[in-house]
Amino acid sequence: MIGVGKMKLYSNVLDKPLSKGKQEVSLSAFALLFSELVQYNQTQVDNIAELERRLDDAGYAVGARVLELLCNRDKGNRRETRLLGILSFVHSTVWKVLFGKVADSLEKGTEHEDEYMISEKELLVNRFISIPKDMGTFNCGAFVAGIVKGVLDNAGFPAVVTAHFVPIEGQHRPRTTILIKFAHEVLKREARLSQ
Amino acid sequence: MANTACFIIVGRNDIPIYEAEVGSAAKREDAAQLHQFILHAALDVVQDLAWTTSAMFLKSVDRFNDLVVSVYVTAGHTRLMLLHDSRNEDGIKSFFQEVHELYIKILLNPLYLPGSRVTSTHFDTKVRALARKYL
Repeated sequence: MIGVGKMKLYSNVLDKPLSKGKQEVSLSAFALLFSELVQYNQTQVDNIAELERRLDDAGYAVGARVLELLCNRDKGNRRETRLLGILSFVHSTVWKVLFGKVADSLEKGTEHEDEYMISEKELLVNRFISIPKDMGTFNCGAFVAGIVKGVLDNAGFPAVVTAHFVPIEGQHRPRTTILIKFAHEVLKREARLSQ
Repeated sequence: MANTACFIIVGRNDIPIYEAEVGSAAKREDAAQLHQFILHAALDVVQDLAWTTSAMFLKSVDRFNDLVVSVYVTAGHTRLMLLHDSRNEDGIKSFFQEVHELYIKILLNPLYLPGSRVTSTHFDTKVRALARKYL
């Protein structure tokens, strides 16, 4: 077989060491896989909300694993206990590992205390996708919203995470914003810890 | 070398996903249930303590007679809890770190549902080998 060469064959995945994470996957391969994921889910559901929920669930599974792996690999086994800490973890570390760059911006919502937004000029998953008019406000970024939700939920910061298109003047494609709305208990605990 | 040691991995929803008696002494029949009871009782203390520090290893959080409960909390709030009577903190810390790596490898399996029981016999063998090595 080509490429087997000097590779040490492990009998069980538990014996293999955790990879250092320097591997890259081709964008076209990922885009193909993601488009198949969306198309497959489209055949299984009747309405858009259900489709969004399925992409969300798929992302949630990724988020749960990414959180554990990155905290072990990149952060030297230190957990995040504060709100700003976990948000900047998502905004930089998670984004860097998943998309190769940090997110464009992290903002705090002005109307509500519990809302934060991570914005991206063009989400990687949406780059080769266009939404037909009859699907309304559907956004395949629901997958990324699911990833963020998986990370936050498993770290102990339950939140409702959604992806929205925000039109910008002068730009043909709208900006994508991941809106994070934390549960009430998170804010209470955060207030208690700040004292 | 610890004479009694009970090791439990508790998931986020407070349901144990893995348990093992890893001590080297002969066990009484009711010892196993008592050990698990003590570990579950320590969960409340762990919950409060976990939010006060960003470290993962929480050292000893509770005592029962001469048995000590040591806890290691992962990023996803999975608790690795060990009930033991030894004082070898460094050994326990290394044990926790190695089991943490094993747990991550199990978790990375896309077919593994986070929070469900770990049924891999290979995982069991490795944990027991680590316990013999470090405890």
